[in-house]
Amino acid sequence: MNDTLLWLIPTLPFAGFLINGTLGRKLPRALVSTVALLATLLPALIVLKLWIYMSSAGAPDHFSLTGAPWIAISGFQVNFAFAIDHLTLVMLGIVTGVGFLIHVYSVGYMAEEEGFWRFFAYLNLFMFFMLVLVLSASFLLMFVGWEGVGLASYLLIGFYFKRDSAANAGKKAFIVNRIGDFGFLLAMFLLIAHFGSLDFATVFGQVDGAPGLTGGFLTTICLLLFVGAVGKSAQIPLYIWLPDAMEGPTPVSALIHAATMVTAGVYMVARCHVLFDRSPFALAVVAIIGCATAFFAATVGMVQHDIKRVLAYSTISQLGYMFLGCGVAAYEAGIFHLMTHAFFKALLFLAAGSVIHALSGEQDMRNMGGLRKRIPITFWTMTAGVFAIAGVPPLAGFFSKDEILYQTYLRGGALGYTLWFVGLVTAGITSFYMFRLWFKTFFGAPRFDEAALSHGHAAHGDHDEDLAPVHAHRDTHATMVAEPEHDSGQTAHSHGVHESPAVMWVPLAILAVLSFIGGWVGVPLALGGHNEMEHFLGPVFHPVEHVAEHITSRGAEPLLATISVLAAAIGFYFAYVLYYRKPGTAAAFAERYKGLYNLLDHKYWVDEIYGRLIVSPLLMFSRIVLGGLVDGLVVQGTGATLAGGTRGLGWLVRRMQSGNIRSYAGWLALGAAVVIAIVLFVVHPASANTLTR
Amino acid sequence: MVPIAYYLVLGAILFSIGVCAFLIKRNVITIFLSIELMLNAVNLTFVAFAHMWNRIEGQIFVFFVMVVAAAEAAVGLAIIIALFRARQTLNVDQVNLMKD
Repeated sequence: MNDTLLWLIPTLPFAGFLINGTLGRKLPRALVSTVALLATLLPALIVLKLWIYMSSAGAPDHFSLTGAPWIAISGFQVNFAFAIDHLTLVMLGIVTGVGFLIHVYSVGYMAEEEGFWRFFAYLNLFMFFMLVLVLSASFLLMFVGWEGVGLASYLLIGFYFKRDSAANAGKKAFIVNRIGDFGFLLAMFLLIAHFGSLDFATVFGQVDGAPGLTGGFLTTICLLLFVGAVGKSAQIPLYIWLPDAMEGPTPVSALIHAATMVTAGVYMVARCHVLFDRSPFALAVVAIIGCATAFFAATVGMVQHDIKRVLAYSTISQLGYMFLGCGVAAYEAGIFHLMTHAFFKALLFLAAGSVIHALSGEQDMRNMGGLRKRIPITFWTMTAGVFAIAGVPPLAGFFSKDEILYQTYLRGGALGYTLWFVGLVTAGITSFYMFRLWFKTFFGAPRFDEAALSHGHAAHGDHDEDLAPVHAHRDTHATMVAEPEHDSGQTAHSHGVHESPAVMWVPLAILAVLSFIGGWVGVPLALGGHNEMEHFLGPVFHPVEHVAEHITSRGAEPLLATISVLAAAIGFYFAYVLYYRKPGTAAAFAERYKGLYNLLDHKYWVDEIYGRLIVSPLLMFSRIVLGGLVDGLVVQGTGATLAGGTRGLGWLVRRMQSGNIRSYAGWLALGAAVVIAIVLFVVHPASANTLTR
Repeated sequence: MVPIAYYLVLGAILFSIGVCAFLIKRNVITIFLSIELMLNAVNLTFVAFAHMWNRIEGQIFVFFVMVVAAAEAAVGLAIIIALFRARQTLNVDQVNLMKD
């Protein structure tokens, strides 16, 4: 494999970013999209070539690319180095493959937006950092990618920066992520202090070479790393930024906030499995946090009305599953679910975007319904996604979720069984809220205002502003009206509900196929498969013992799989009854359990609690202590003292320059007298003696 | 023969009167006069010392002072007249345009 080719994987998107970012404003849209697509397609092809190479017989399990040295201080060295193994390969495939499909989709989705070039520049920048993140061979370079994707995420959430809510959501995401990054940083400091290196190979090698090294110290590092993962992957307690991140354009939600960036935390935990394996406590924390998040976010997802928010909470919940998988040391299962989730969640977001597009910016599911016949391609592709995430066999989600649940069950003990049970309930809830979304969007009577839609955008500027909290698409359609120069031929918009153009539905179709068959690479032995996924990732996670012992007792698996399918079926049944057969019952249900409903509807008041407990005190502290004491007294005080002192001195000295001739003369006389006195009494005291005598 | 000290004391008294008048008086003409008084006090001292040492230089210097004083009187009086024409006053305290 040619090294230069591998360097091109991250470099090409960066080049795309530079071109579109600097010249994009002046380039025609066709050229902007060509550059952006090439900058992602070519890396995808290189990754494909790399994959073929590494799958071939006799190819090494892993290899590394060392570039220029970056930091070298007295024995501590970090290089611009990449390391490629099967885990990296899976991540590369997801990032470049799904990334490319979403780029294609964006060309259609964003066709009429202002700042088209800006969007693609940021998207390419994101690809660059994400690829650096997964390719890096050291914690530090990984951190560069880690921060970079955070930056790209911030820029894209705030893409519609003219809207306050979008700008605030961007800030929130950035600040909350900062908390996690702090943990990551501390972990790196500890690693440097103890291992003297941030290189993956060196650190993991040292840990492997020291079997006695367990407990406290490693647990601290692992927990700090996990704090970073919690921030990036939106787990309890730092998940609050992800629902708000839906303010960004829908393709961004699909790419960054579902398929790739938010999974970076899972990737990081899997990458550091050597450390986590040594610390059962840290692993248990990972599993508990993941499982709790999965359950918690799923319950909130049940009552959301905004189609993108349902998917956002679903993403948080699914990320929780991945951490649960990692937490029971079934990293393969976590990564497997990461992959299938990337397929079906990207699909779901893009399909939701297509629905929003069809309804000219409507995101509230209460204003949808009956879209099955109107936008059939979107309906069928989304159906694949919904069934996949709900865990219906033989779609992708079934195999990956089931693998995680099975591994959790295998962990055993009170903790293992509890986690398994919560995970199982969550699977049922997942199925419920996804089918709720499905029924509310595509079935029943249409609840949108057909007349308003067919009047085109002009009606949309002031139309139902009070409904959904997120108006990503709508507002920009409104701004589009004010910008008549856009003539990209997408005038189909103004003709009411419409199917999306091919550039949007083809990626949907591809992702739908992947959501359908994507799980087949991980069919467990007990269900007649070979679990290629586990074999493929085996060398990464079990370099020594290999997979042999993992194939032992799988007797319980068919039974457990049946139970989880049953859970999904129960979820489906409830959604069917509540939202299809008797559409009124859901409201009655909400009325009867008003307290519970309110709790869920307000997302457990977590944002409010954080606001009271953390944000307000912090603001108060800043205002009173930092703003009042430090800034008011110390900073401004110093300035005021200096200025006042200077002014006072000036005032004093200025008195002498009175402009009054007699006062000058007086000073002159006084000065002369003083000089004479000095001469007489100091310089020549003898003469003074003669005078006085 | 009058002792040298008498001359010197008289010069000092004259000089001090000049200084005090310069500092106290407001009328610019009077100030001008007090300057002349100080100059002449110095002249007296010069002459007294020249006589005491039997040297001619002191007396010659007095002529220089007189010449300078005459020139100064010519220029100063011209300025005073110009000032009076411009401000209609001889009070130095009211000539303070440059102060503020």
